[in-house]
Amino acid sequence: MFEVIRNETLAPSLHRMVIRAPRIAAARKAGQFVIVRAATDEERIPLTIGDADPQAGTITLFIQAIGASTHRIVAVPAGGALRDVAGPLGMATEMERWGRVACVGGGVGTAVLYPMAKALAQIGNEVTTIIGGRSAPYIILADELAVFSATVKITTEDGSCGRQGFVTAELAELIADPDRRPEAVFAVGPVPMMRAVAELTRPVGIKTIVSLNPIMIDGTGMCGGCRVEVGGESKFACVDGPEFDGHLVNFATLADRLTMYRDHAGSCRLG
Amino acid sequence: MTENLSIKDRMAIERVRMSAQEADARSRNFAEVNLGLTEAEAIREARRCLQCKTRKCVEGCPVNVSIPEFVTALATGDLARAAAILQKDNALPAVCGRVCPQEVQCEAHCVRGVKGEPVAIGYLERFVADWAMAHPGRLTTDNPTPPASGKRVAVVGCGPAGLTAAGELTRLGHEVIVFEALHDTGGVLRYGIPEFRLPKRIIDSEVARLVHSGVVIECNVIIGKTLTLQQVREEFDAVYVANGAGLPVMLGIPGENLKGVYAANEYLTRVNLMGAGLDPAARTPILRGRQVAVIGGGNTAMDCVRTARRLGAERAMLVYRRSGAEMPARAEEIHHAREEGVEFIMLTSPLAIVDDNQGWARALRCQRMELGEPDASGRRRPLPVPGDVFDLEVDVVVNALGTRANPLLTATAPELALNRWGNIEAAPTGATSQPGVYAGGDIVRGGATVILAMGDGKQGAAAIHTYLQQSV
Repeated sequence: MFEVIRNETLAPSLHRMVIRAPRIAAARKAGQFVIVRAATDEERIPLTIGDADPQAGTITLFIQAIGASTHRIVAVPAGGALRDVAGPLGMATEMERWGRVACVGGGVGTAVLYPMAKALAQIGNEVTTIIGGRSAPYIILADELAVFSATVKITTEDGSCGRQGFVTAELAELIADPDRRPEAVFAVGPVPMMRAVAELTRPVGIKTIVSLNPIMIDGTGMCGGCRVEVGGESKFACVDGPEFDGHLVNFATLADRLTMYRDHAGSCRLG
Repeated sequence: MTENLSIKDRMAIERVRMSAQEADARSRNFAEVNLGLTEAEAIREARRCLQCKTRKCVEGCPVNVSIPEFVTALATGDLARAAAILQKDNALPAVCGRVCPQEVQCEAHCVRGVKGEPVAIGYLERFVADWAMAHPGRLTTDNPTPPASGKRVAVVGCGPAGLTAAGELTRLGHEVIVFEALHDTGGVLRYGIPEFRLPKRIIDSEVARLVHSGVVIECNVIIGKTLTLQQVREEFDAVYVANGAGLPVMLGIPGENLKGVYAANEYLTRVNLMGAGLDPAARTPILRGRQVAVIGGGNTAMDCVRTARRLGAERAMLVYRRSGAEMPARAEEIHHAREEGVEFIMLTSPLAIVDDNQGWARALRCQRMELGEPDASGRRRPLPVPGDVFDLEVDVVVNALGTRANPLLTATAPELALNRWGNIEAAPTGATSQPGVYAGGDIVRGGATVILAMGDGKQGAAAIHTYLQQSV
């Protein structure tokens, strides 16, 4: 059992939870994830490790409650415990001193972006952060990101916070400005957002890393359920990723596979 | 009870038939297919054994169970003694009695098989193991707990090899901790082998017996990720690596990433480990195909296609590129699958999975094959029949081609020598390139059987014991 130290609501149905998991806290690198089950019978849910404190032996997770099993996780209060927390899994973010980098986050993807951006800043990159969401309540971690970012730009679809529109508008401006143009772009968010970012950077040849979140079970490479098409090959997000070159990812297949259990919910196909 | 039967009397007894759930009913439920022998049936079958001095059957057993001895005890009705003999040689007898390919192991060597049918050793093993499980109070152990050696051994992986090694090492007086990556015990026994072949309560019971004997199991620890092999090596006097098979081999044909296409491990894990389609409380979903094609001819393929049938498939099809005679699956599984209405589509190789324009698998495009000259494996090589291409209508496709080496541990253990397929290089004793690190099971063999993994675990434990006694 893994003790929940803290559990707070960051945005509508988005929780930040601090969990006691000393071995994971010690081993974890930016970009890696854990598999969590609140209790028996629940699905195994992959969650990016947002932060870790090896001294305290804790990890921080950001969880968006969207299905039964994620609701069950965020329902565990401080002082309670999660049945299973396994990791750290996946490859760490490839750390390189690019110079100027842009970190682009959409919705809960900003929580996945946060540790990447922090690690990139720590090794000396100049980080411009662009985060977007549906409306003001969905803009998360802006203050935390501001601590190490040179600039934080915010966009909302309804204009209730920052610029009205999508993150790609801000990114396009950044790319167009020779003084601010990034050497690399890191993008995490909904599939259409990551695809839009990759299409924006492809013609100008800016290296673009995306973090993918396909349906996963074991998270250790055993089942092959999380396979994604990268450069025409099947790759496993859990062991080869979750970060890939955005210019090589087949986003259409990824988006499609994410709906495998959604389209037919309630129909006879599903067990 | 004494046993006074002449050879002639023994020879006159016919081999027992295992009673099974009726095929129509069982093809729609997940309860165990084989129902087991009654005590009278088991004792009668045990009396067929001629007690020959050559003990060929033992040679055919990868863990060298003292077969004539436990069968004799059973023949005389001394079940407690039969159980003690069996459990001393085999850490998981109730598992082996159900999933071992006895027809190519112990029973293949049985003298009675020369003229007629061999003794049903597998059925007898299952009977004795199940009896032991049901009568814990009547068990006698002639192995007193050995003095603690003061040595600590880490076992990586809680599957058949790891559990066997852990059981043996504990019995030899060492302190053993098993690290398991998943949230539950048993490894492939739990996530891979379906309930109808190996009920989960059997795994639970065998694992509980090992835990009772002193084995400590820690789940949710992934060696190579949570802790590196080196960290473990520093904390323990020796390590046994048995973390199993890894990534599924992909089909490498167009359409393999369509919705409705599974690798066997995912299909089986959803049902067996996560309870999808099986347990109403389980949250993990599974697609219930009406027309399911499973590609492959091994035990895993058989498990998938029979699972598909139980999940409600009207057509559960096994697509295999060679003919039935070359299928590597256990004879009993093939027989059971046929009875359950599985369609065997032989000499057929998949070319592509065709979509329905909405991202779902719609058809499996197939190439008809014929058998040519024998290849390196000694089996006749399948060759395409020119122009003979056809479509099978499907909504679920399961790829049971096998697995590649598991990279999780080895990627962070560069000190460990690997072979060219990425499997750990190990001597027959399990010794690796690193002193104090032993390995066995699928991480060494690639894809093999439960009993071969258990044989490795037993040998590895013996080698570790010798190593620990030398390194005082």
